[in-house]
Amino acid sequence: MRQGHSYDAAAHPRLGRTRPLIGLAAATLTLAACGGGGGGDDAAAAYPDGDITFVVPFSAGGPTDTVTRLIAEPMSEELGQPIVVQNVEGAGGTIAAGEVAAAEPDGYTVLMHHIGMSTAPSLYNNLPYAPLEDFKTVGLVTEVPMTIVARQDFEPQTFEEMVEYVKANADTVTLANAGVGAASQLCGLLLQDALGVKLTEVPYEGTGPALTDLVAGEVDLMCDQTTNTTGQIQAGEIKAYAVTTAERVESLPDLPTTEEAGLPELQVGVWHGLYVPAETPDEIVQELTGALQVALQDQNVIDQLAELGAAPSSQEEATPEAHTERLSSQIDLWQPIIEEAGVSAD
Amino acid sequence: MDVWDNLALGLETALTPTNLLFALIGVALGTAVGVLPGIGPTATMAMLLPITFGFEAVTSLIMLAGIYYGAQYGGSTTAILINLPGESSAAVTAIDGHEMAKNGRAGPALATAALGSFFAGTVGTIVLALGAVPISRLALEFGPAEYFSLVVLGLIASITLASGSTVKALAMIVLGLLLGTVGQDIATGTPRFTFGQRELFGGLNFVSLAVGMFGVAEILRNLEGTMTRSVVVEKVKNLWLTKTDFRRITGPVLRGTGLGSALGILPGAGHVLASFVSYSVEKRVSKRPEEFGKGAIEGVAAPESANNAAAQTSFIPLLTLGLPANSIMALLIGAFIIQGITPGPNVITDEPALVWGLIVSMWIGNFFLVLLNLPLIGLWVKMLTIPYGVLFPAIIAFASIGTYSISLNAYHVYAIAFFGILGYVLIKLGCEPAPLLLGFVLGPLLERYLRRALTISQGDATVFLTRPLSLALLLLAAAAFVIAVLPAVRRKREVVFEEE
Repeated sequence: MRQGHSYDAAAHPRLGRTRPLIGLAAATLTLAACGGGGGGDDAAAAYPDGDITFVVPFSAGGPTDTVTRLIAEPMSEELGQPIVVQNVEGAGGTIAAGEVAAAEPDGYTVLMHHIGMSTAPSLYNNLPYAPLEDFKTVGLVTEVPMTIVARQDFEPQTFEEMVEYVKANADTVTLANAGVGAASQLCGLLLQDALGVKLTEVPYEGTGPALTDLVAGEVDLMCDQTTNTTGQIQAGEIKAYAVTTAERVESLPDLPTTEEAGLPELQVGVWHGLYVPAETPDEIVQELTGALQVALQDQNVIDQLAELGAAPSSQEEATPEAHTERLSSQIDLWQPIIEEAGVSAD
Repeated sequence: MDVWDNLALGLETALTPTNLLFALIGVALGTAVGVLPGIGPTATMAMLLPITFGFEAVTSLIMLAGIYYGAQYGGSTTAILINLPGESSAAVTAIDGHEMAKNGRAGPALATAALGSFFAGTVGTIVLALGAVPISRLALEFGPAEYFSLVVLGLIASITLASGSTVKALAMIVLGLLLGTVGQDIATGTPRFTFGQRELFGGLNFVSLAVGMFGVAEILRNLEGTMTRSVVVEKVKNLWLTKTDFRRITGPVLRGTGLGSALGILPGAGHVLASFVSYSVEKRVSKRPEEFGKGAIEGVAAPESANNAAAQTSFIPLLTLGLPANSIMALLIGAFIIQGITPGPNVITDEPALVWGLIVSMWIGNFFLVLLNLPLIGLWVKMLTIPYGVLFPAIIAFASIGTYSISLNAYHVYAIAFFGILGYVLIKLGCEPAPLLLGFVLGPLLERYLRRALTISQGDATVFLTRPLSLALLLLAAAAFVIAVLPAVRRKREVVFEEE
């Protein structure tokens, strides 16, 4: 995704470590660990024995980074080893995924990725990895709900009115999104698909500017994560119609779900999961899954996720089986929608 | 609560020993990374963000904000001393600042930058404290059409950045605009001019371009001569400002501060435009426009003040509306979220100690910056007496390390070499790099806002003329253009400004 020059690629570090000065040393250690622990039963039995790197495909401070750091702390306690969070940005998260796919399958390199894992095969023509074949899933982590929001003075007052209004005025309604492959774009595509309309999409170089124009009343509609919209909704700067997950959101209790509002097919959330390279021994995956399940019951994790308008995945969801099932069904869901819309990221 | 209660609360928060310490650490770190070309404030803040998780929210934000404006300040030091601007605002400072350094006036140039920045920072903080809430609503009057017109005005203004021929300046702006189109199309993701190189998908890197076109090209030009000299062409005269200097910088600092404060509020493009619009204004109003580009102290005072004022007021959309003006503000939003604060318009009422503590600490941080930097001037200036043979390899080494550290990708280092050679060729052709750089920075904004305005208006181009603010900006741009290219004016310009 392209951003403005004043603050784009130039600005983003690849290494966002806990202690930058020690970063290089840690990198060396990680390399050594990767080089030395080349699979085998002995290695699996001794696991974990050294720093574990969690690769985040997006910038430090973003929602995915926040989720990762939240669970890294209790997971590290459970595993008895330090977890180093590393931000490897670029190309909608595909660079990080490509690196982890090619990493040593020893459980010391773990990928955190979100819904983008399932859309990348449809968005990118030359993806250097296959999400289902080149990774083992560890388990789902959380799902951040999305909200369908509009500028404050947009005519329709309820979700039902909005559906009718948009259907009747499809040629004039504008729909903002945060760029190619962004969660807001995916949700927008699904919304148009569910309503059977084609709206004028207005792409922005990120959520911030999109939200700014929505607050200013320049664009009509948007669908974005609660992380980004809750503050503006609570302050009455923008109007919210519905939340796109099965359950209502604690921080916005009056907001109906799309199902309640009569459009059950519009279900989308920014789900997150952990991945390791495909050749990683099952024993190691089990260790990680176990630690993840413990972390998701941590009170601090539950509280902080609630602040983001999200909840930890259930113990059943935090398993490789449920995660693989989700990944594969999401790949199937998005493929025709993205193809239909003619969206491509390269 | 009125302003005084707010400020009292802010003082109480900012003056705790912990918060004072972290404000100091923030600005010191910021200055350090600002001085190193390449590692910008965003990278530093992103790297340090995780260690602030354990802090209190206000302490964490105070330190992160300190890094931000500390880096704004540090960047001008390298721009003045060795012609290495790390961001677009510093590129403007480099034009006259480095000339001053070559004339043996690095001391006054650095002092001007420090004092101008401090004054502007103080005013910016006052604007923030008194007017943040009402002002933030004004910023929302700027939609895509207004930003487009503002950027057009900015591009026209950038013609004045060149001291040579207008035609060459225009050509450089256009070349910059073209370079700015490299990378993925934001709407469709289609790669443009990337030649299949994945590294180019995100566009060219500003630091590579600026370091190459300014620093490396300058070094190459110097290699033509003898290698025994040092950068200082003339003897270092004095370190401090003379009475005349003070008189000369007063107006530019005041105007720069005003312009910067106003432009900084506009999240879409304001901060980028602040420094060089103010440079352009100074050149127009100056009684000695011929000195610009040859070491005019006004050419340092105005952009430095404008940049720092804008750096302060650019916090207004973040603090009052929870809307980030740039990637640095977006990082701060991330810091809010991690601290369990939902970013949005309610932050200012729900967390007054946080917001006002941050505002007051910005002024304190600016004060620390002056304390920190004025004594260093003597030391910096000594650096210029290092012979070429030692200094140049060091500059190139540091620039390469800094650029490499951004993304751990050698591609950007090769790009420095490429743009260094291109910059050298352009110097030989009498073309100046500053307008190119601004074309490069503003090009993507121009395209973005043009397309966005037209998309929202469903293709109706009259939107630029029917919205009053946009129309006013376009008329201003038209007037500026006429003045810039009037043949009579141009003839006069060439006689007066042509480089020997």
